Amino acid sequence: MSDNSSTLRGWLRAEVTTSPRHAALQRFYFGWLRLKGNPLALFGLSVLLFLIVVAILAPVIAPVGFNDQSLTRRLLPPSAEHWFGTDELGRDVFSRIVWGSRITLYISCLVAIIAAPVGLAVGTTAGYFGGWTDTVLMRVNDIFLSFPGLILALAFVAALGPGIENAVIAIALTAWPPIARLARAETLTVRSSDYIAAVRIQGASPARIILKHIVPMCIPSVVVRITLNMAGIILTAAGLGFLGLGAQPPLPEWGAMLSTGRQSMLQAWWLAAIPGLAILTTSLAFNLFGDGLRDVLDPRSE
Amino acid sequence: MAEPKAAAGQPPAAAPSSSLPRWVRPLLRQLASVAVTLLGLMALAFFIGRMLPLDPVIAIVGEQAEKETYDMVYRQLGLDRPLWQQFLFFIRDMLSGDFGNALFTGNRVADDLKRVFPATIELATFAIMIGVGIGVPVGVLAAVYRDSPLDHSVRFIGLLGYSSPTFWLGLMGLIVFYAWLDLVGGPGRLDVSYIDMVEPVTGLLTVDALLVGEYDVFWNTLSHMILPGTILGYSSMAYISRMTRSFMLEQLGQEYVTAARVKGQSKWRVVWRHAFRNILVQLITVIALAYAFLLEGAVLTETVFAWPGFGRYLTSGILAGDMNAVLACVLIIGVIFVALNLLSDLLYRLLDPRTK
Amino acid sequence: MNQTPQLLVEDLHVRFRTPQRMVHAVRGVSFSVGREKVGIVGESGSGKSQTGRAILKLTPPNGTVSAKRLQFQELDIAGASEREMLKVRGSRISMIMQDPKYALDPVMRVGAQIAEAIPESPRTSAAEKRDKVMAMLEAVHIRNPARVHDLYPHEVSGGMGQRIMIAMMLMADPDLLIADEPTSALDVTVRMQVLAILDDLVTRRGLGLIFISHDLNLVATFCDRVLIMYAGRIVEECAAADLQNAKHPYTRGLLASLPRIGSRHQKLAVLNRDPAWLND
Repeated sequence: MSDNSSTLRGWLRAEVTTSPRHAALQRFYFGWLRLKGNPLALFGLSVLLFLIVVAILAPVIAPVGFNDQSLTRRLLPPSAEHWFGTDELGRDVFSRIVWGSRITLYISCLVAIIAAPVGLAVGTTAGYFGGWTDTVLMRVNDIFLSFPGLILALAFVAALGPGIENAVIAIALTAWPPIARLARAETLTVRSSDYIAAVRIQGASPARIILKHIVPMCIPSVVVRITLNMAGIILTAAGLGFLGLGAQPPLPEWGAMLSTGRQSMLQAWWLAAIPGLAILTTSLAFNLFGDGLRDVLDPRSE
Repeated sequence: MAEPKAAAGQPPAAAPSSSLPRWVRPLLRQLASVAVTLLGLMALAFFIGRMLPLDPVIAIVGEQAEKETYDMVYRQLGLDRPLWQQFLFFIRDMLSGDFGNALFTGNRVADDLKRVFPATIELATFAIMIGVGIGVPVGVLAAVYRDSPLDHSVRFIGLLGYSSPTFWLGLMGLIVFYAWLDLVGGPGRLDVSYIDMVEPVTGLLTVDALLVGEYDVFWNTLSHMILPGTILGYSSMAYISRMTRSFMLEQLGQEYVTAARVKGQSKWRVVWRHAFRNILVQLITVIALAYAFLLEGAVLTETVFAWPGFGRYLTSGILAGDMNAVLACVLIIGVIFVALNLLSDLLYRLLDPRTK
Repeated sequence: MNQTPQLLVEDLHVRFRTPQRMVHAVRGVSFSVGREKVGIVGESGSGKSQTGRAILKLTPPNGTVSAKRLQFQELDIAGASEREMLKVRGSRISMIMQDPKYALDPVMRVGAQIAEAIPESPRTSAAEKRDKVMAMLEAVHIRNPARVHDLYPHEVSGGMGQRIMIAMMLMADPDLLIADEPTSALDVTVRMQVLAILDDLVTRRGLGLIFISHDLNLVATFCDRVLIMYAGRIVEECAAADLQNAKHPYTRGLLASLPRIGSRHQKLAVLNRDPAWLND
């Protein structure tokens, strides 16, 4: 072999890996190379990264706070001073959008953090144990899946009361069923393999088998699915916000901004247009990135 | 196996003793499964209902009521009974269509639903016609001309379709096509002057108007329906075209497509007579699902367009904290979803010769 | 056995564009076929199937075909338009494919699929078409044509499916038949039956046959002439009877590695690939 091993790139491309970590990093590197070849997916990823940066640096980027009102400067169209114009209370829309990115990110991350583990837990348990456990869990799963996401989330939020935390819980409750179904399918294919049997003979408990051996196999497809579903989750969150059931005023949640923008939309079109564009861009980015991720991690599907 | 298995109508050696046709047992199993799911739906709805922070008694009698009134209503609503009994009453009520009274309209929920449902059906049907009428041919074209500019544009337009919040598109549509260009009717189903001009026979204004020959009303209702219908249709079209393309691509890669061309058939004949006929069954499932998704999309779109349909009823109920109305709506939607799934499953089994 | 060439192929190239690189599947193949049985033998990836498809201009969309000469009887196939090819396919050149499970339309009855091959003509009534299909089904030795006519492809066995395919592809009475691994998906016992039917029809109708396969033994017994392909090129061309005297090391290697009943060797010879063969 040529003298590649001295450079980082050479190390990553090495024909023979030296440790599990090396192998994992190599897989990651090759996946990244494949992703790079997909311009749309890269675009999606860069938009998402941009969003994260904006959210983190919100205090720096936004010229003013999100609730700085000025009744003399109401409903001004976009200008050099107010890039996105001002709303009905004289607040700078650009600042509100920037601060709102934090809320969007907060909701997406929380939903993902709740839904993915719950879905994985339910799905792998149902798939591994089979029998009654499987039937009962999947029946519950089906019941949740019988409702369209928005409707179920609406029902939960209606019951729990408006507020951003309740919205997160409600959306997470609608997001876990597809993950569980996916995890179960993966578990079923993996369950009968020889290495699982080997570990079981060695005396591993079911919990250990599931956690250490089955769950890692499910992670790629779960990651892809959550990323793709994230677009829908953002739209659902926006819908809840639009109905006033999500983040409460004066929080600059994008969906809620659309709702207030609707009142003045005939005079101030930018109030209705711009938050929607922000939602659209974020959702689009998740879709593009998710598609690219799927091509990299799960090439057998389509 | 030199001869086909369906040899001369002899029953297989291990036939069950029942003489029912082969398809009955799986059907019964499926119906049983559906029944269990419906029961679960009702349990979920019941549970959600109990989570409400509002006190349903106070919602009826008001904050200032005296204790006796409170107790009386409390007993009337059955709230003093154990939970499982309440659940049984709940099921009984749901099954008989007694959803209670809607507090924010003052009517029986069942009556309200009868009034608002046709409006949504009308909108959804309009939308699905657009979704299928445009989505299917476009999906086929995109598959046949894979990776061409046409394919990329179709996929991109579709992508925009399911990345956009439909209600935002509605807002934009109203601003551009109603406020600025004055091309379409505004919110609501009819201009104010036309309301109540036509007797509601089916509840579908277009049909009712045509039945009595009131063409003015017909066109007016169409002008109001076209914007929300098209926007809903767009999101439908995005989903349907994507699935159609995916199915077609799968078929076009199959050997029988090449075989058909070997026989001397032209490319388009092969596309429609062979490949497309093979995806029809899957398409039906997709369309049923798309129709169900439309009901979901209608919820917010109707709010934007002040369309007096099911979706707006639901959101009004939520905003008023009306448990009866909300639960009834949620349950109905769940049932519709399950029914549509069941229907598409049955159609699949009926139409695909391989499952006979 | 008439050897006046019907099909003339000269310097045929088929290239595929994939995201990673350009695949050169067929590299300058030249041969001719008369009213005789010619076998093309090669392993997977040798380009034999793509050669067959190129003749019918059914190369997949991401492939390009070029040839100095690709001529069938009086027709220049290389320069023919799609419209002209529609008149060639089925009625003058036809192809049987490997697996009837996949090569027949799953949602169309078998009889209808065979009838589709009948050239469109306003003078043929539906009843006449049906009679023709029945006659064809009988010609491939299907015992109950009326019942089979209304079956779906998944309801017939492998051997019967292949016979149906033969019926379908010979329906329009072509002059040249390309058989792309026609028996590879069949059980060994059924294989012989199908081959016998194929042989019978080809001889009786005086067709030219190109038999593509990976099975050298099979081709040697069935065909008159054999072409061996390796890595997109023809490395050997000889009469089937003459195969033992083949000169190219690849062919000799193939012959040596064929198991023979009654041979005294303990171990089967393994083919040693010489990279020089890639540059022939």
